Amino acid sequence: MQAARPTRAEFQVRPMKVLVPVKRVIDYNVKVRVKPDQSGVDLANIKMSMNPFDEIATEEAVRLKEKGIVSEIVVVSIGPQQAQETIRTALAMGADRGIVIVTDERVEPLAVAKLLKAVVEAEQPGLVLMGKQAIDDDNNATGQMLAALLGWPQATFASKLEIAGDVATVTREVDGGLQTLSAKLPAVVTVDLRLNEPRYASLPNIMKAKKKPIEPKTPADYGVDITPRLTVVKVAEPPKRSGGIKVASADELVAKLKTEAGVI
Amino acid sequence: MAVLVVADHDRSALRDTTHKTIAAAQAIGGEIDVLVVGSGVQAVAEEAAKIPGVRKVLKAESEALDHAVAEAIAATVLPLAANYDAILSPATTTGKNAFPRIAALLDVMQVSDVIEVIDAKTFVRPIYAGNALETVTTTDAKVVATIRPTTFKAVAAEGGSATIESVDAPAASVTASFVADEVTKSERPELGAAKIVVSGGRAMGSAEEFQRVIEPLADKLGAAVGASRAAVDAGYAPNDYQVGQTGKVVAPALYIAVGISGAIQHLAGMKDSKVIVAINKDADAPIFQIADYGLVQDYKTAVPELMAALEK
Ligand SMILES: Cc1cc2nc3c(=O)[nH]c(=O)nc-3n(C[C@H](O)[C@H](O)[C@H](O)COP(=O)(O)OP(=O)(O)OC[C@H]3O[C@@H](n4cnc5c(N)ncnc54)[C@H](O)[C@@H]3O)c2cc1C
Ligand SMILES: Nc1ncnc2c1ncn2[C@@H]1O[C@H](COP(=O)(O)O)[C@@H](O)[C@H]1O
Repeated sequence: MQAARPTRAEFQVRPMKVLVPVKRVIDYNVKVRVKPDQSGVDLANIKMSMNPFDEIATEEAVRLKEKGIVSEIVVVSIGPQQAQETIRTALAMGADRGIVIVTDERVEPLAVAKLLKAVVEAEQPGLVLMGKQAIDDDNNATGQMLAALLGWPQATFASKLEIAGDVATVTREVDGGLQTLSAKLPAVVTVDLRLNEPRYASLPNIMKAKKKPIEPKTPADYGVDITPRLTVVKVAEPPKRSGGIKVASADELVAKLKTEAGVI
Repeated sequence: MAVLVVADHDRSALRDTTHKTIAAAQAIGGEIDVLVVGSGVQAVAEEAAKIPGVRKVLKAESEALDHAVAEAIAATVLPLAANYDAILSPATTTGKNAFPRIAALLDVMQVSDVIEVIDAKTFVRPIYAGNALETVTTTDAKVVATIRPTTFKAVAAEGGSATIESVDAPAASVTASFVADEVTKSERPELGAAKIVVSGGRAMGSAEEFQRVIEPLADKLGAAVGASRAAVDAGYAPNDYQVGQTGKVVAPALYIAVGISGAIQHLAGMKDSKVIVAINKDADAPIFQIADYGLVQDYKTAVPELMAALEK
């Protein structure tokens, strides 16, 4: 099923602003270690990066801008002072300006959504493009919460996004396969891995990004109470699987599966 | 105490994720009601009414609820919320999509992907792709949580006789609307519920090879087919085959990984399987660190030999 191709004129109805929230997380290649006192995971001297899903959201925003559908890309990050670096990465990919909401507290999706709602009200974007999941806390909640608080439609887990006029047509990755939804803008779209392949920032663009503005803010500026609702009792290591054995052949494997493991 | 469980079903029957989520509800404690949404779901509601320990089944019949649109599910659940101390859904894509919306509108922080219930307010959930387990206590008045079905044992399906009540269903949403479903059709068991899963990785090299190697092995074992993200990304397998941190979580009795290296993001989706078999030509592949049985061999030799050995 192929949707009718929108005309140039339709695209230009309302070149809109896009908001892209980006989170600074442990790099996905790092194997985390739980602290011996079980208070959390060890973040000392660990490589931090932009949440991979947020890179995909940024890339999609930049592509929409290249197509003339989007006029301005604003990235926002909530976190410690260093969250600025994450914003810089997005600026080097092609975003226009940043807002960093600085706090050293743990900020849960509900509080992030409340802060983002305040930013949306100030910035009036036509679309919020964000990751489906932050790979540190694996909540998969913020986008849905933001859409709820704004009373906007949501299209989560997007692997394809088309915008024509004020409608976003989104293909979503769901348990049974794919689902296509149409959402009237403004809307919140959360992105899945297969939406696109994020670009590497070029050196000139990295240099240019250094001059793009990042506005510092605090949660108090938005009047949002970020006190966590969940108290972390402890963070523990998962049970370890005891190491297995190597078998020499498929015959031996089948014999073990039948007699030793009893699973076939 | 009362707990509401939103049922997972395919409009003709409940999925066992529902029975597993009811097990989590029992661990929380209190009366348990089950909400069934969709059109033509009387049979599903009757099935839910037979589950021992269910007090009542609520049925919201509307075509607006047939496609798991989050806005519609939230509009159905919210008016019921005042009657419950906890509202649960299995952590399916439907639950993950709708539940944070419900939580935010109740001003509650959702507890995502619960793997263990410690008490009515305290839960264990995996973080960092399952490399750490976080125990959290909620200070919110109400619990809104998604439950990872693989870690709970399904409650019995028969023996109860709960009443069935109709509740209001919303009209179709105007802002987000369903366009089309593209369901992966298969005669094989569902990935999440299968006793055996055979997964293929990047080593397959093409969709044809994936179908030639992985699918016959799965069929021989009556297994579901899974894949690594690399295999899905490369187009060797459909997206709903992806097992892992950001795909499906499975815990079958037997998981066979063919040509999969064992990246932490993949392990996050299958390391709770009872028995893990890895076939990989690289003896140092990380998958062997968690495999019960490792076969260091080219899959091109190993899989045909395995097929032959299964014939015997
Ligand atoms: C944010 C994020 C989320 C992710 N989520 C997931 C997820 O949910 N699920 C997931 O799977 N991945 C996920 N990934 C990707 C993950 O990091 C790995 O890249 C991926 O799992 C690798 O897939 P693979 O093992 O098939 O490929 P590779 O790592 O390339 O491994 C291929 C293996 O095949 C073996 N091999 C090659 N040829 C043969 C042969 N002829 N016979 C036998 N063995 C052979 C090789 O030795 C190698 O070990 C995610 C990554 C990111 C960044
Ligand atoms: N602290 C944060 N700052 C900016 N964006 C965030 C933050 N936390 C979450 N997000 C956004 O919300 C998405 C989903 O995160 P989560 O709900 O935590 O899994 C991420 O991919 C980000 O786009």
